[in-house]
Amino acid sequence: MAIFEAVRETVGAGSAVEVRPMTGNEAIARGAWEAGVGLASAYPGTPSTEILETLATYPREDLHAQWSTNEKVALDVAIGASYCGVRALTAAKHVGLNVAADALLSQAYIGVHGGLVLAICDDPGIHSSQTEQDTRLYARLATVPVLEPADAQEALEYTRLAFDLSEEFDTPVIVRSTTRLSHTRAPVRVGPRQDIAPKPFREEPERNVIMPSLSRRQRPRIIEREKKLEAWFSASALTRRETLSPKVGVITVGIAYAYVKEVLPEASVLKLASSYPLARDAIRDFCASVERVFVVEELEALIETEVRAMGIDAHGKDYFTRIGELSAENVREGFVKAGILAARPAAPAAPFVPLVRPPVLCAGCPHIGSYHGLRGDDARVTGDIGCYTLAALKPLAAMDTCVSMGSSIGNAVGMSLSRAERKPIVATIGDSTFLHGGIPALIDAVYNQANITVLLLDNRTVAMTGGQDHPGTGKTLRGDATHKVDYEAICRAAGVTWIKRIDSYDLAVGHQTLREAMEYDGVAVVISDRPCVLDPVKIKGTPFRVRADACTACQSCMNLGCPAITWSEETFEGRHKVQIDQALCIGCSMCVQVCPTDGLTCGAIEAGP
Amino acid sequence: MSATLEPVFGAAPSATRPTNVLVVGVGGQGVIMVSKVMARIAQLHDLEIKQSEVHGMAKRGGSVFSHVRFGPQVWAPTIALGEADVVVALEWAEGLRWLPYLNPASGSLIVDTKRIVPPFGCIDRRRGAQVAYPDTRIAEVAAHVPNLYALDAEGMAKALGNPRVANTVLLGVLSTTLDFPLEDWRSVLGEFVPPATVATNLEALDLGRDWARRVHDNPQDHGAVEHRAPRAAPLHDAIALDINAAWCKGCDICVKMCPELCLRLNEQQKAELTDAALCTGCHICEWLCPDFAIKVNLVPNAEATH
Repeated sequence: MAIFEAVRETVGAGSAVEVRPMTGNEAIARGAWEAGVGLASAYPGTPSTEILETLATYPREDLHAQWSTNEKVALDVAIGASYCGVRALTAAKHVGLNVAADALLSQAYIGVHGGLVLAICDDPGIHSSQTEQDTRLYARLATVPVLEPADAQEALEYTRLAFDLSEEFDTPVIVRSTTRLSHTRAPVRVGPRQDIAPKPFREEPERNVIMPSLSRRQRPRIIEREKKLEAWFSASALTRRETLSPKVGVITVGIAYAYVKEVLPEASVLKLASSYPLARDAIRDFCASVERVFVVEELEALIETEVRAMGIDAHGKDYFTRIGELSAENVREGFVKAGILAARPAAPAAPFVPLVRPPVLCAGCPHIGSYHGLRGDDARVTGDIGCYTLAALKPLAAMDTCVSMGSSIGNAVGMSLSRAERKPIVATIGDSTFLHGGIPALIDAVYNQANITVLLLDNRTVAMTGGQDHPGTGKTLRGDATHKVDYEAICRAAGVTWIKRIDSYDLAVGHQTLREAMEYDGVAVVISDRPCVLDPVKIKGTPFRVRADACTACQSCMNLGCPAITWSEETFEGRHKVQIDQALCIGCSMCVQVCPTDGLTCGAIEAGP
Repeated sequence: MSATLEPVFGAAPSATRPTNVLVVGVGGQGVIMVSKVMARIAQLHDLEIKQSEVHGMAKRGGSVFSHVRFGPQVWAPTIALGEADVVVALEWAEGLRWLPYLNPASGSLIVDTKRIVPPFGCIDRRRGAQVAYPDTRIAEVAAHVPNLYALDAEGMAKALGNPRVANTVLLGVLSTTLDFPLEDWRSVLGEFVPPATVATNLEALDLGRDWARRVHDNPQDHGAVEHRAPRAAPLHDAIALDINAAWCKGCDICVKMCPELCLRLNEQQKAELTDAALCTGCHICEWLCPDFAIKVNLVPNAEATH
């Protein structure tokens, strides 16, 4: 997984330290491995996916690493290992923790046996997510400590330390990363793996089984734990005070520290390791030593609110945005606004209007065929999370709603049973998303006698996050063969009797099958079956090309939204004729099927070269 | 908190500021390869490095970028607006998009004149519609950039027999703007490209370097082709859709097959146009109608009759 070769550098009295370039995610994985982690589990999710992918490159004898069906299962699996005295890690994106939150909040009462660490990657700026949310609020809600590394080196060290803290304070520990940390590569000093002998299972049901009596007993201990951790963070060297100018003091944490150092190297800084529990004593001392106090933190004003509640005149969100990522620019602007930094001369405005270039479905993507079938049908279509969410955009524009992982089927049930929607209702959901959160909703649909069609888009991979395996692929994270889920059998067991399988590329059959499914009264399932064109293997067939003299520029093929098809120089009656990019076209034939020239033959588009 | 007071600290950038290179392009072009080569060379010179990119949409034809910062001390993972020493753009419109990041006093823009028109650029299908792609010319950009290197890198790569080494041609130009020895570029490049293509990639690197030197001596000698997105000719007529209700039997074929979904069956089960502005006059309804009930007419517009 290491992108560069390892480079050795000599430090101090001849002791060799190995330095490797690593992304934040690779460093988190390394930190867990060095801490002696024995089990790791996750469901893929940008920007967290590479943590488990990296852990799977470490030896099998060191740890078991797996993809789980969803984030809650992944956390429960890690908790199981912790019960058995084994150090365990789960990784998720911020919205993944929403799914796993139930188990986390219980486990905060139960505590840990083997160290239990959750590596959670937030996505400020919403590069590839549904929401912008601050995982530190979960830490507070669950009363579990959160460690916030500022760079890849700290990502390694904090993760390693998180396991020790977890066992010492008997609590799950969250390591919080962000997109910018997870996906920034920097040189990292690595160390050896600790040998951790598993501790035998603790046969103490009064500690292991959550019920009101345990929780009432544990609640005061959790509050006590919070106090102890506050003291620990205040005394710890991780809470780092950099005494420079006494005029300005900045309290900061995580990646925000990097931006503060970039734009205001002269200020005194208190770099925290954690926003919860807060190193209150260290903060009080620091604030007494400087004239003005600022808090720079990404997203919510957690630290700022607490510091102000301590009676300290600190300022943060007055100057530094609560929306999106921090950056050198907006942190500098904040300090300029606060009268700390002199303004720089404004850069000249950009003279050119940027081109709109949204992500698109790939040339030959099977989802194109599936949604093209729905485009012309006057149906109400619920969507779900995956590449196929892009089908909501023009030109396919074949999706009406999308909420969260697995929501499509439940939403469709509600639409059907609300009795207000007259159009046929179609829930569209990917294979992995169906396994993640769609199955309970499908059972609900049959149980409550909803009248819906479920279009299951089986492209045999978790495509959006880069092609990970899942229980429907028959392969594990480490590439071993395993049982392959039978979707039809699952649907039948749930009580679905109308099930048909179609080839995603066969537009006419697909369209006709969907119409039949929509006419069926009850829950009908259509499985649209074609592999992703990128993963696990990049598919490339003979490209098609356009016979320009036969093209009437009708734009039927443009409705596919295929990136290989664009306009050519030639026009017909004022409309652009089309051309096919030979390098991008994989020969899926969907454009040929919709081309009407010469009375619905493939007259204008033919097989190349 | 008055901003009218003298600021506590000045605005000057610190003396140890790192070198900032922003590499941009479209998913699948090889942006990450270019930035990895640079980061690796910086690492060989014992510099601190931060290389930052955003994953997820990269493979799906979206805009891709990679920030590379190296020097004695690097804090922020990303380059601030106006602070890139070099922007390397593997595609023309992407170069324009990221121009605000270029240092306006001393920055270099290295840009392939290759144009990748996104499907979104062809979203307006009405007659006479233009491709939504900037028609900005090299000379216009030169007026806003201290050092412009605009080259037909893909054309040069094709001449070498492999259009995929276009990014290495740009890397060759980049190598002339940074202070690393040529030997490092050659050896590190060999680590990052498939073994079978090393020789071609080294040729491409030299090609880029030679081009940069030639243009440095003679700025007019860039030899770049000004690729332009297709333009539609002005129209002299307009569309009039004529539906003969008496002949229409409401079979729904035209409604289902209309690429713009701008036909429907009305209460009398007769086909009708829902929105004349959506109709592109493609004739599909006319050709498919079993009852010859639809006719697409082109009528001269006022301008044409002048």
